Amino acid sequence: MEFWIEVVVSAFLIFGGVFVFIGSLGLAKLPDFYTRLHAPTKATTLGMGSLLVASSVMITYQQGYLSLHELLITLFLLITAPVTAHMIAKTALHHKLHIIDRTTGKTSAKNARKRESSEEHSA
Amino acid sequence: MNPQPRFRFLPMPFHSVLLLIVWLLLNNTVSFGHIVLGSFLALTIPMLTAGMQNPQPRFHRPLIMIRYAIMVLGDIIVANFEVALLVLGPSKKLQPAFIAVPIDIVNELPITILASTVSLTPGTVSAEVSEDKNWLYVHVLHMTDKDELIATIKQRYEQPLTEIFAC
Repeated sequence: MEFWIEVVVSAFLIFGGVFVFIGSLGLAKLPDFYTRLHAPTKATTLGMGSLLVASSVMITYQQGYLSLHELLITLFLLITAPVTAHMIAKTALHHKLHIIDRTTGKTSAKNARKRESSEEHSA
Repeated sequence: MNPQPRFRFLPMPFHSVLLLIVWLLLNNTVSFGHIVLGSFLALTIPMLTAGMQNPQPRFHRPLIMIRYAIMVLGDIIVANFEVALLVLGPSKKLQPAFIAVPIDIVNELPITILASTVSLTPGTVSAEVSEDKNWLYVHVLHMTDKDELIATIKQRYEQPLTEIFAC
């Protein structure tokens, strides 16, 4: 393999790896459930994206044809990540998971919960 | 309620094209056999599922949609750097918050796109939509200015969506 391809692929791999690691680190380090949710949903998107770009470049060069199914993985990731994040946040909210004290706008959280319960009654 | 499809054998032309592209991407090839098989699937699956379709508002301005998608992609990259910096910084300085964002768009599809966009972009995750679909509840990782954030969400993301769906 040519040297510059190796450099590009390794740069993407390292960059992606760092971001995925930061995502996991956030999951361990942030103070409460809601803040923890932010790290894996976001930092990981870019991390996975660059890992997939690395894979695409590498396969394209080695096999001699344009490898694009990584695009599909990225697309599915972009569709599923916000939906999962939304569902997890919603579940946490309705299970009244502990919100750390310095969070502002707790009334909004309460309203969000109430709206849903009124919906359940009417259903 | 159900609008008559324009062509009987091609009830969802856009979906057919999308299915063919996804099939070719999945197999990572453009060989003749796969194009034939993919076209067959792209024609039959929409015919079988057309009856289950939920009528959705049409995309009125596809060009703005493309511009919106590119802008969101750029914002995702910025969001990743911001969240990474916040994660690496001291957790004690974080100022998390719940906010309620008033939304003017009414249809389910645009609201879904707006909520997903909010979840993907800088430090915000959408948590709940109010029953009357007038408020989007958002959790913010680090809030500096509430009004500014709400204004950003409304102008940057909601405004183009109202143009795209003309509602």
